[in-house]
Amino acid sequence: MTKTMTGAKMVVQALIDQGVDTVFGYPGGAVLPIYDEIFQQNSIKHVLVRHEQGAVHAAEGYARSTGKPGVALVTSGPGATNAVTGLTDALMDSIPIIVLTGQVPTFMIGSDAFQECDTVGITRPCTKHNWLVKETDKLSSVLHEAFHIATSGRPGPVVIDIPKDVQFATGKYTEARQVETHYNPQVKGDMEMITELAEAMETAKRPVFYTGGGVINSGPAASQLLRELVAETGFPITSTLMGLGCYPASGDNWLGMLGMHGLYEANMAMHDCDLMINIGARFDDRITGRLDAFSPGSTKAHIDIDASSINKVIKVDIPILGDVAHVLEDLLNVWKSRGRKTNKEAVQKWWGQINEWRKVDCLKFEQKGKVIKPQYALSRLQELTKNHDRYICTEVGQHQMWAAQYLDFEDPNRWMTSGGLGTMGYGFPASIGVQMGHPDALVINVAGEASWLMNMQELGTAMQYKLPVKQFILNNERLGMVRQWQELLHGERYSSSWSESLPDFVKLAEAFGAKGIICSDPDDLDDAIMEMLNHDGPVLFDCLVEKHENCFPMIPSGKPHNEMLLGENADTANAIKSDGAVMV
Amino acid sequence: MSPLKIKKGSTSHSAYDLRPTFSDKEERHTLAVLVENEPGVLSRVIGLFAGRGYNIDSLTVAEVDHLGHRSRITIVTSGTPQIIVQIKAQLGRIVDVHKVNDLTVEGPSVERELALFKVQGTGEHRIEAIRLADIFRASVVDSTLESFVFEITGTSEKIDAFAELMQPLGLTEIARTGVAALARGSVA
Ligand SMILES: Cc1ncc(C[n+]2csc(CCOP(=O)(O)OP(=O)(O)O)c2C)c(N)n1
Ligand SMILES: [Mg+2]
Repeated sequence: MTKTMTGAKMVVQALIDQGVDTVFGYPGGAVLPIYDEIFQQNSIKHVLVRHEQGAVHAAEGYARSTGKPGVALVTSGPGATNAVTGLTDALMDSIPIIVLTGQVPTFMIGSDAFQECDTVGITRPCTKHNWLVKETDKLSSVLHEAFHIATSGRPGPVVIDIPKDVQFATGKYTEARQVETHYNPQVKGDMEMITELAEAMETAKRPVFYTGGGVINSGPAASQLLRELVAETGFPITSTLMGLGCYPASGDNWLGMLGMHGLYEANMAMHDCDLMINIGARFDDRITGRLDAFSPGSTKAHIDIDASSINKVIKVDIPILGDVAHVLEDLLNVWKSRGRKTNKEAVQKWWGQINEWRKVDCLKFEQKGKVIKPQYALSRLQELTKNHDRYICTEVGQHQMWAAQYLDFEDPNRWMTSGGLGTMGYGFPASIGVQMGHPDALVINVAGEASWLMNMQELGTAMQYKLPVKQFILNNERLGMVRQWQELLHGERYSSSWSESLPDFVKLAEAFGAKGIICSDPDDLDDAIMEMLNHDGPVLFDCLVEKHENCFPMIPSGKPHNEMLLGENADTANAIKSDGAVMV
Repeated sequence: MSPLKIKKGSTSHSAYDLRPTFSDKEERHTLAVLVENEPGVLSRVIGLFAGRGYNIDSLTVAEVDHLGHRSRITIVTSGTPQIIVQIKAQLGRIVDVHKVNDLTVEGPSVERELALFKVQGTGEHRIEAIRLADIFRASVVDSTLESFVFEITGTSEKIDAFAELMQPLGLTEIARTGVAALARGSVA
C-alpha cells in the first residue's frame, strides 16, 4: 500500500527511515511546515544552533565521530547562504552530510521573492550533489537517494532544496528500497594492480605507508585491516592530518603525522623511501611540498575510491581504484597467499635509519619560566585525559597543528578537524555535534582564541542541551599562525594579526551560565585541567600561553621534505624564498 | 540507513585509464558525456570546466533518449594528457554523468558540425560566393538580392576553411552548432 502524506511529513519520515536520530537546525519561514512536523514526533531530536554555519559543522562533527551521516535543516535565503562554509568544508574533507534547505514556493521562484536565493546554484560547486525538488511525489525518493549519494563512494555533502508549497502539498511516499539509483561507485580494486603492489611490497627496501582520511571514511574495518597489514609487514606508517587515529599513536610502527608541520622522521621517510603506499590520502600540497622534489626515488602506489584523486598532482606507478577496506582485504590475502614475504634485512636497515631520525626528537620543547608553552599545555592535556573515552576537535591555526603533534589518537573517528578548507570556527560547533553523538564521552575542542570567537554564540546551544563540551583555548592573543607566517615571510611586520580587545573569557562563559576557568601559571595547569574535567557541563578554559611561540617542525612553502625547519634555532629569517612566498 | 536498488546496467567500473603516459604536449580531445537529463546538469559540467580552469573549445548538448531521460554532451577540449585524464575523471565524478567516452583515443570516430553563414554582396562577389558554396556543398537556405544564408555541415576544419574563403566576399555573421561526434562501427 502506498502511503500518502505531506511533503513536510515525508521529510521527517524519510529521516526516520534512514535511521537519523539528530538534526541540527535553525527555523525560518520557508521551513515552518517541516518544523511543525518535527514538533509532533519524538523519534528525532532537533538541536537548535545559534547560526546555520554551526548547524552544518555540528552535523560534520556528528558524522565524523559516529560514522553515520549528519543532518542539518535551515531556512531559505540567509539560512542557506550561511550553510555554504560548512558545505565547502565537508566537501573538502569528504564528510557525509545532508543539508535540507527551505525554498520560496515554486510559483515564486525567480521573482526575487523575500528570502529567495538560488540555493542549488550557489551550492552546486560546494556539494557532491544537490536537488531542487519541485514535486511532492518525488521528494521522498530524492531524500533516500541523497543519503545513498552522501555516504557511498567518496562521501560528501548534499543539499536538498524544498520549496514551501512542496512541503505543504500531499504526495506518495516511496520507501527507500523502492528507489532505484544508477550511482554505484566501484569498491573492489583491480586484482592485477593489487598483485603488483603485493610484489612491490615483497622486494621493497625502504617502504612506507602514507595513510589519510580515506581510511577513516572507509569505516572501522579499514583501520582494522590496516593495523593487521602494518603488523604483518613491519613497515613504518605515517598519516596525514585527516587520517590520525587510523593507526594507533602507541603502535610500534607509528612515525607520527607527516606534512608541513609533520614529524621529521615521517617526512624524511617519505622523502627517502623506495616504495610509498598511499592509502586514502590525496597528495595534498600540505603534504607534498615542492612537487618536483617530492619523494624522488620511490615507486608510488595509490589506493583511492575517487579516480580523480589518482594522478591529479603526483604521477603514480600502481594506481588502485577502490574502497580502502575492500582493497586492503584483497591485498592482505594476496600478499599472504604469496608467502608473506618482505625484504626483512633491508627493512631492518631502514628502521635503523628511521630510528636515527627519531633521535632528532623534533617535538622536544622546554617548559621553563612562568609562562605556559602551548606544547606543554597540550602534553598535560594528553597526560590527564588519555584514559578517558575521548574525542578531540580543533579550530584552525597553530593550536590545531600542536594538537595534532602532541595529542595521541588510538582509534579512528576520534579526531575532528578542518583539514582541506582550514575553517576557523569549525571546532566549537563540531564539538557540539560530537557530544550529541556520544553523550557520555569526554569531548574537547582545542581552540585558538581568534577561531573560537568565530562561532562563540554556540555556547548558548551547549548550555541549552546540557552538552558538557570542554573548550580548551590556547590563548596567545594573536592570530598565531598568521603571525608566524608574517615573522617568517614578511619581515616581522605583524599586520592585523594581534587579537585586540579580547573578551574576559571567564565572564563570557558566566554570561551564558557556563563555567569559565583561566590559567596562566604552569604550576597551576594540572589542577585547572582537572577542574575542567571534573565539571559536569560546558567549560570555557582560557589558557594563557606564550604569545610568540612558533609551530615547528615546518616545511616552508616551496621546499622539499628534507629541508625542514626544526625548533628554536631554525634559521627562520631566510627560510622562505620569494618563489615559495606566493604559495599559501 | 536503508539501501537503494542499484539500477540494472549501471556501471561501476571506471572508464579511465589510470595508467596513462604523460607528456607535456597539449592535445585536443573530443569527449562524449552521457548525462541524466536533469535541470542543472549542463551547469555542473560547465562549472567544472570553469572552476578547475579547463578549456572548452566546443560544446553541444541535446536530449538523445527521451524515454531514458538521457542527454549527450559533446565537448571538445584541449590540455596535456594528464589534464585530459583529470577532466575525464572529474566528469565521471558528477553524479548525473552516466558515461564518459574519449572519442579521440577510443578508436576512430566521425565528427560533424553545422554552421549558417550570412554573406552580403553584389556582382562578382555574389557569384564567387555561390561558386565556392557549391564546391563546399553548402546550400542556400535564404536569399535576398544583396545576401545569402548558407548552410554547411562538415568537420570543424572544413567550416573554418569555408569561413576564411567567405571573409573577403562579404561574410557578416556566422552561427555554428559546435561538434557532434560518434564512434565509428557497430559498437555503441
Ligand atoms: C575563516 C577563516 N578566516 C581566516 C583564516 C586564516 N587563518 C588561518 S590561522 C589564523 C589565525 C588563527 O588564530 P587563532 O584561532 O587564535 O589560532 P592560533 O594560530 O593563534 O593558535 C587565520 C586568521 C582561516 N583559516 N579561516
Ligand atoms: Mg591565537
